[in-house]
Amino acid sequence: MSFLEIDNLEKSFGTTRILKGVTLGIEEGGFLVLVGPSGCGKSTLLNTIAGLEQITSGEIRIAGKRVNELHPSKRDIAMVFQSYALYPNMTVGENIGFGMEIRGVPKPERDKAIADVAQLLQISHLLDRKPSQLSGGQRQRVAMGRALVRKPQVFLFDEPLSNLDAKLRIDMRTEIKRLHQRMKTTIVYVTHDQIEAMTLATKIAVLKDGVLQQFGTPAEIYNNPVNMFVADFMGSPAMNLVPATIGQSGSEATVELTRAGSTPVSLALNGASNALSAYRGKEVVFGIRPEALTDPDGADRNAKHLVTTDCHIEVVEPAGSDTFAVTNLGGKGVVARLRADAHIKPGATAPLTFNLTKAVFFDPATQERIA
Amino acid sequence: MSAPSQDVATRNGVFVRALVYVLLILFAVYYLLPLYVMVVNSLKPLDEIRQGNMLALPQQWTIAPWLSAWSTAQIGVSPTGLKPYFLNSVLMVVPAVAISTVLGALNGYVLTKWRFKGDNIVFGMMLLACFIPFQIVLIPSARILGLLGLAGTVPGLVLIHAIYGLGFTTLFFRNYYEAFPTELVKAAQIDGASFFQIFRRILLPSSGPIIVVTVIWQFTNIWNDFLFGSSFSSVDSIPITVALNNLVNSSTGVKEYNVHFAGAILAALPTLIVYIVSGRYFVRGLMAGAVKG
Ligand SMILES: Nc1ncnc2c1ncn2[C@@H]1O[C@H](COP(=O)(O)OP(=O)(O)OP(=O)(O)O)[C@@H](O)[C@H]1O
Ligand SMILES: [Mg+2]
Repeated sequence: MSFLEIDNLEKSFGTTRILKGVTLGIEEGGFLVLVGPSGCGKSTLLNTIAGLEQITSGEIRIAGKRVNELHPSKRDIAMVFQSYALYPNMTVGENIGFGMEIRGVPKPERDKAIADVAQLLQISHLLDRKPSQLSGGQRQRVAMGRALVRKPQVFLFDEPLSNLDAKLRIDMRTEIKRLHQRMKTTIVYVTHDQIEAMTLATKIAVLKDGVLQQFGTPAEIYNNPVNMFVADFMGSPAMNLVPATIGQSGSEATVELTRAGSTPVSLALNGASNALSAYRGKEVVFGIRPEALTDPDGADRNAKHLVTTDCHIEVVEPAGSDTFAVTNLGGKGVVARLRADAHIKPGATAPLTFNLTKAVFFDPATQERIA
Repeated sequence: MSAPSQDVATRNGVFVRALVYVLLILFAVYYLLPLYVMVVNSLKPLDEIRQGNMLALPQQWTIAPWLSAWSTAQIGVSPTGLKPYFLNSVLMVVPAVAISTVLGALNGYVLTKWRFKGDNIVFGMMLLACFIPFQIVLIPSARILGLLGLAGTVPGLVLIHAIYGLGFTTLFFRNYYEAFPTELVKAAQIDGASFFQIFRRILLPSSGPIIVVTVIWQFTNIWNDFLFGSSFSSVDSIPITVALNNLVNSSTGVKEYNVHFAGAILAALPTLIVYIVSGRYFVRGLMAGAVKG
């Protein structure tokens, strides 16, 4: 049984359904990341867990106990808001201690708890300042301090890093991960940054328009996306999704990809799953991640099924650690990820290796995964 | 090329600026002239005024008209001066301003941070109080004050002013709190703060500018009110505006203009002081609402 369980949760504002039957759960000490495009209902879902929004139907349980009717302060959660939501009229210390003050914790005890948290987050020297006198990163820490000091059962983070600059964001990301490993408290974390999701999560839930698309470990989401939306949303650069046809060569199923001004490529799918045989002669969407499409020397030697074929390289983008090459397949630009020192020139033809063990197939009509 | 044209621009700038200042000074004089006339003439003996030059400084300075206006002038039938009526006004204004400001702040808080179905309709109806011509409500109000046993009393006036001030105070606070981040309220809820704790600890400390605006607005309006004052007061609850009118109208025989001037200044003094003391915050408060929202 999961520690935090969300069971068939529905949330409507007036007549607009925002969350449509979301069911998921996270084990104690887990790190659940909710991702999805803007407006998909991530914050709404988090607010319902916090109790800041009433739910329309369904059930939320924390440690096996139904919390639907509990006031936010009684759910044993703490929340870090996107805008930090620090009380502007209070000092940093008062901000961190406000919850304890309301609960009537005696002052000496309060001061001790504040000092401990401040030390943990290295903000001890800021305790007497007002939030307006802090930098973005410092405010972020204070907001986390206010959550940490409660020692809650569940932490809720709503895009806590989105207001920070790129470098600070990466530092704080590492810091959050370190804090989680140290405290082992269950966390629910909202972001629309898929890299943040991949690096932090033990479980990821991908949402779109209030519908849960997929729920699984980062590796599951990345390697086995259940539909084209998840495949496209997770990963950077995004997975190549190419229109293709399933053909046949002898007894072998093949995938046929058209090429501009050249004969189609035909890749043998030796031992491909039965699911694909039903699609013989039909259109499918062939999905391959850039790192599964490389120069022959850079290909994964342990992969079971590699196919190399010549491709016309249109664009080359060196990116330091890697070189990205764009070729045209199925009428679309397809990104391949090569070693940094791969010899490759735009306008020339070069051999590219497809790691077909990593390839995925979708039905173009339903957008669902076939194989 | 650019240097000369810049020169021209600077010269034009100076000229425009000078023009603006001249205009501003003219307007200031225009506005201050009546005050000057009042002050100067309130410090003259009556025969100097009769001699005719309203703008001249007193030849013989005297504060007798002020003393008379304050404590001995004939108001209606009794020679009490404005003093008791000034007190009536204070007793009316202070509670009325306090009540309408506090309730307006609470209304603004609920209408923005504890939204409910139909809250906008409620707000719209409250706004009516800002625009309704008060003549329309005189008779129903008199009836209600009568039923409550408050007719002709200072508490009755307080009630009427508090109620009809509520529209504006609610409008002020609602617009101000609309721009106040709702996440702060949510954070305080998670911290376990109650409805009133959130109001008192989170919202009120950030409400300084709008409180000043509201208090000045309410103070000025209620102090200066004549209609309600003359309609709902009896002999011992007359506010100063009505008493001033009685002073001017009831002097038998000679019109003591110097006393009238002094009385008028006395009646206007509290609003002037409130504005001078906190006018700076008034402008700042209005700006804060405008820019933040
Ligand atoms: N109080 C409300 N009343 C009506 N609709 C709302 C309310 N709050 C949110 N919504 C709607 O619910 C949807 C989901 O909003 P939500 O804030 O959960 O999105 P999000 O996934 O957090 O997006 P973002 O990444 O931009 O923060 C949006 O379409 C939004 O317009
Ligand atoms: Mg959001």
